[in-house]
Amino acid sequence: MLAMLQSVLGGGIRAGTPILYATLGEVISERAGVVNLGVEGAILVGACAGFITTAHTQSPMLGIAAAALAGGLAGLVHAFMVVTLRSNQIASGLALMFLCLGVTSFVGRPYVAVKINAVPQASVPGLSRLPLVGTLLFTHDVLVYGAYLLAPLIWLLLFHTKWGLALRAVGERPAVAYASGLPTSLIQYGAVVSGGVLSGIAGAHLSLAYARSWVEGMSNGRGFIAVALVIFATWHPLRSVVGAVVFGAVFALQLQIQARGVALSPYFLDMTPYLLTLVGLLLMGRARRHAMPEGLKAVFEGVT
Amino acid sequence: MITQTKGEAMRKTIGLWALVAALVGLPVVVADTPAHAKMDRKFKVGFVYVGPKEDYGYNYEHDRGRKLVESTFKNIEVMTAENIPETAEVERVMEQMIQRGATLLFPTSYGYLDPAFNVGKRHPDVVLMHAGGFKHSANVGTYWYYIYNPMYLSGLAAGKATKKNVIGFVAAHPIPQTLQNINALTYGARSVNPAVTTHVIYTGEWCNPGKGAEAANTLIDLGADVLSQHQDCPRPVVETAAKRGVFSVGYHSADLQQFNPKGWLTGAAWNWGKLYVQITRDVMDRKADRWVNKHTRGGIESGFVDLAPFGSAVPKDVQQMVQAKRKEIVDGKYVVFQGPLKDNKGKVLLKDGDKPTFDFIEKMNWYVEGVVGEVPR
Repeated sequence: MLAMLQSVLGGGIRAGTPILYATLGEVISERAGVVNLGVEGAILVGACAGFITTAHTQSPMLGIAAAALAGGLAGLVHAFMVVTLRSNQIASGLALMFLCLGVTSFVGRPYVAVKINAVPQASVPGLSRLPLVGTLLFTHDVLVYGAYLLAPLIWLLLFHTKWGLALRAVGERPAVAYASGLPTSLIQYGAVVSGGVLSGIAGAHLSLAYARSWVEGMSNGRGFIAVALVIFATWHPLRSVVGAVVFGAVFALQLQIQARGVALSPYFLDMTPYLLTLVGLLLMGRARRHAMPEGLKAVFEGVT
Repeated sequence: MITQTKGEAMRKTIGLWALVAALVGLPVVVADTPAHAKMDRKFKVGFVYVGPKEDYGYNYEHDRGRKLVESTFKNIEVMTAENIPETAEVERVMEQMIQRGATLLFPTSYGYLDPAFNVGKRHPDVVLMHAGGFKHSANVGTYWYYIYNPMYLSGLAAGKATKKNVIGFVAAHPIPQTLQNINALTYGARSVNPAVTTHVIYTGEWCNPGKGAEAANTLIDLGADVLSQHQDCPRPVVETAAKRGVFSVGYHSADLQQFNPKGWLTGAAWNWGKLYVQITRDVMDRKADRWVNKHTRGGIESGFVDLAPFGSAVPKDVQQMVQAKRKEIVDGKYVVFQGPLKDNKGKVLLKDGDKPTFDFIEKMNWYVEGVVGEVPR
C-alpha cells in the first residue's frame, strides 16, 4: 500500500512537472489579463526546439534554454496579436496552437530518430535520504526541482512585489492601470512572453527528461489541461502545484490500477484525470469565481 | 503529405547509367521482368503509415521494407504517406495515390482494413495488401507474420534474466496481435521460470510518448525488472528502462538496442523488405492472385520476422538455449502455444500436444497463466 502510494505520488510529480510549468506560465499571463490557449503550441515548440538543440549540441542545458526561447517566441506572437493588434484572444491562441503543431511536425521530422543526452537525474544530497519522502521528492531531474522552486518564486513576485502588483492591476482593470501611468502593453507583453517561456520549459521536460524523444504532437493535450488547471487553481501559483500534482497523480494512479490487474477498461481509466479536472472546475470554479482577474471577463463575456 | 521518390530525376539517371554501362560493355538491366520492361510507364507503389517513419517502431520497420523495394526495382516509383489516422483520411490518401497511378498499395496499420476494403471496391484493378485482419476480397489480401514467435523466444531470455520475477508490458490496445505478444512472452518466461508474472498497462494510443514513459515507470515501481511493449513509438519505454537500470525486451525493431545497451536482452523484430519485394514482383508479373483473396501468415521460418540480436546481458548458455528453441520452431518441431495451455483463470485452452488453429491465434482474447488481471473488454 505504501509502495503504491509512493509510486503514485512519484508519478504525480513526474507527470505533473510539465503541466505545472505550463500552468504557472498561464497564471502569469492570465493575471495580466491575457488568456493564451496556445499553451499547447508553446509546449510543442519548446519540446521540439529543445530536442533539436540538444541533438546538435549534446547539451540538455542548452536544449532547455532553446526551449525557453522558442516558447517565449510563441508567446511573443500571441502578445503581438492580442496586445498590439487587439485581435480575439481565443482565436489567436487556437490559431497559434495549430500553427505550432504544424511547424514542429515539419521541422522536427528529421529528428524523430535521433538519440540525445537526456536531462540528468540528480538526487539532492542529504534530502534524498530522508525516510519516506526522500526518494519520492528528491530523486528527480533538475527540471522537477526547478518547478518546485519556481512556484513560490512566482507567488512572491506576483503578490509581494511592486512588479506583481502592477501586473495584477493590468489584469484587473487595464483602463485604471493605464490611467495611473502603468505601461499596460509592455506589462502584458512581458507576462505573455514569460508564460510562453515557461510553457517552452514544460516542453523541454517532456522531450528531454520524460520521454527523451521527439514525436510530433507529443504534448498530447497537456497545454489545455494547464489552461483548465489555472481556473482550478484560481489563478494562484501555489494552488497550481496542488492542481498539477493531483492531475499527475490521478494520471499515474490509473496506470497503477491497470498494472495491478483491476478489471476496469483502460479507456475508461484514461478519462479519469480529465473527469477529475471537470469536477474540480465545477467545485472550485463556482466557489471562487471572484478570483478571476476582472480583465478576463472582457475576453469571455465580450465586455470591453 | 505524399512524397514522391525516384521520379523524373531517376529516369534521367537510368539513361545515364545505361550509357555508362554500354561504354563499359555491361548488360543493361533496366527492369526485373520482361512484362513491365515493355511498359513505358513506371510501376507505382504506395505505402501508408499511421505514424512517423522514424519512430524506431512499427512504422520505421515498414519503411525499412519500403526502402528495399525502392532499391531492388529500377522501374518503380514509390509513394509514402506518414502520420495518417485510421479514419476516412486514410481512404482519401489511398485514393490520391491511385489517382497518381499507384496499382499496389500497402496500408500498413491495423485500423486501415475497412478503408482499404472501400477503396478496393472502387478500384478493382488496384491491389491492396493490408497488414493483418480478417477480411479479403478479389483485390485485397492480408499478410501478417507471427512476431509472437520471437516474443516467445525473448521470453526465455527474460525468464532467465529477471531477479524479481516480474515482467512489465506497455501495450497500446487490447487487440489479438498484442495479446499474442503478451501471452507468448509470459509463456516463454514461465517455461524457464514458473515464478514469473506479467503486469500489463494499456496506454490507449498507438503513440503517446509521455504516457509510455510513465507506464514504464509505474511498472518498474511495481517491481518489474524486465520491460517489453507493443506500441508504435517504443523509445520512451526503452529509455526509461535504461534510466532506471532494468532489462529491455525489444519490439518491432532490433535498432532499439542502442537506447538501452546495458539492459538489452533481445527482442522481436520485423524484416518486411523481402516480403514487400516478393509481393511487388508478383503484382508486376500479374501474379497478384498469390496474395489477394487470402490471408497470408507465417512465423520465424519465413524470415520476415525474427529474434533481435542478444545484448551482452544475456549469458552464452542462455543464448544457446534460445537459439536451440528457435531452431525447433523453424523446423516445425515446436509450435508456440501448443498444449498444454491454460489461461490465467485456470481454464484449459489446449490439451497436451494440441496445436493452436488460425482462429485460436487470430481471435485471441485471453491472458495466459501468469499474466495479472483480465483482458479489458
